[in-house]
Amino acid sequence: MSTILVIAGKEIRDGFRNRWVVAATILLAALALTLALLGSTPTGAVKVSPLIVTVVSLSSLTIFIIPLIALLLSYDAIVGEIDRGTMALLLAYPVSRGEVVIGKFLGHLAILAIATTIGYGAAGLALVAVSGGFDAAAARAFAAMIGTSIMLGSVFIAVGYLVSAVVRERSTAGGIAIGVWLFFVIIYDMALLGILVADQGRFLTAGRLSWALLLNPADAYRLANLTGFSNVAMFSGMAGASAQAHLGLPLLIGALTAWTVLPLGIAAAIFSRRQL
Amino acid sequence: MTASSVELAGVAKDYGGHWALQDVDLTLRPGECTALAGHNGAGKSTLIKLIIGLIRPTRGFVKVLGENMAASGSTRVRDQIGYLPENVAFYPAMTGEETLAFYARLKRQPVSRNSDLLARVGISRAGSRRVATYSKGMRQRLALAQALLGQPKLLLLDEPTTGLDPALRQDFYEIVRKLRDEGVTLLISSHALAELQGQADRIIIMNCGRKVADGTMTDLRRAAALPVRIAIRLAESLRVAVNDSAHPLASWTPKDDRNYELSCLEQDKAATIQALGSIPVALADVEVTQPGLEDIYAHFLKRVDE
Repeated sequence: MSTILVIAGKEIRDGFRNRWVVAATILLAALALTLALLGSTPTGAVKVSPLIVTVVSLSSLTIFIIPLIALLLSYDAIVGEIDRGTMALLLAYPVSRGEVVIGKFLGHLAILAIATTIGYGAAGLALVAVSGGFDAAAARAFAAMIGTSIMLGSVFIAVGYLVSAVVRERSTAGGIAIGVWLFFVIIYDMALLGILVADQGRFLTAGRLSWALLLNPADAYRLANLTGFSNVAMFSGMAGASAQAHLGLPLLIGALTAWTVLPLGIAAAIFSRRQL
Repeated sequence: MTASSVELAGVAKDYGGHWALQDVDLTLRPGECTALAGHNGAGKSTLIKLIIGLIRPTRGFVKVLGENMAASGSTRVRDQIGYLPENVAFYPAMTGEETLAFYARLKRQPVSRNSDLLARVGISRAGSRRVATYSKGMRQRLALAQALLGQPKLLLLDEPTTGLDPALRQDFYEIVRKLRDEGVTLLISSHALAELQGQADRIIIMNCGRKVADGTMTDLRRAAALPVRIAIRLAESLRVAVNDSAHPLASWTPKDDRNYELSCLEQDKAATIQALGSIPVALADVEVTQPGLEDIYAHFLKRVDE
């Protein structure tokens, strides 16, 4: 255990030193503040908490930005250290390869968690301060969004590690990481939409669609935030969808967890067999 | 006889169709400094990586300090091994002190001893600087410092003196001698043969993945059966025609009327020199040239190439 913490601690310090934490925090805070302050303007008339509006708009943006940050953090983690030659020395220490993978993962996850919590948290606090009213239910939904955003990040860090453990070249890892991002964030949903339109519900029934959405961590995240809390679901226009999709919050959280644990486990297994 | 620290039997390593090592048997004992010589690509680094457990043998077994290194639970034994990799790389953003502290924690060693270690390798003043600013020699010294963390019983040094200037090499071998006297098992790979000659108790020569020689300097000299060159100069010239079979130096090669040369085997050397007493004229000079490690090395590599 202590070995894992030593490796995680080193990654976190690297993250602070090379300005990753600062840059990601500023980026996320800027996006969140922009959406929060611009997006909450029209809500006065419909009596919806500005936090809820922000959960809807910010979670939609998070689907694009958090996986990108996570993949950029992680694609280099294994292949890069092998390439630069630092891995040979690290593995000559009393450290197992599984500990290296888990330690680095926890370090990168901490970097992303710090940036997300501070960046989004600051925006949330600013919004509460500006709008005046504090709505406990809305605050819970906002906190849940921060939590699930970190989980979404952990999924893509794990996927990035899997890429990093498989390939021989850092540039290949970077290319595949971009492909992974495009696939899960953009192509998957467009393909589903295309099939839905062409198929007219014959093959892709509502039940099958639910499973198809669970198979994409970005969709699981979207559903968790847009349908997981009734106050948000009402506003996002997903109240009907949430009733149809029969995917409860625990199932969606379970999908995100599985999407983290499986790729990470496979990455560790592949890395353990890899020749240096 | 003390128990062996490292034991390799019938080890072979296949890198996708290319045999980096074949049929290597090797035993290293405590308090013994072994030099590993060979061309680039002879399998020196592969052998060291097998011992530390970075790679697993395709055939044969590797046992280090009583542990089978192919077994998954073998990581603990690395607490007692120091390793200096070839072309060592550190994390450039960390300082020398942070680097050493990181590795000390991984080895479960108190960080408090690190400043002594940095002083021992002569970079204590640069300890608070980032490793990215270090010269090659300083990085090599930091590499040696991390290898010495936690008083290892086995030290594997892969090309440790590359990038060190001659004065630093002397310091380095001073440290090595001290460790050997403390009973540490040392394996040093290098292609700087001349500097290994005086340092190693034992020399192993590798070629194309095979061990072609293993023994002390004297063992190798005898096994190589390289000729000893004897050159003599006479005080005055002999008044006998060179092609006359009665000439006392008939088997020698004349350089001119006073200088002669002869190559003979190690075991015939003494008798040849004794026979010089029967020459009717006085000797002005005798010069005996023994083969050096470079010659022995060249001999063993040639024998395999043929």
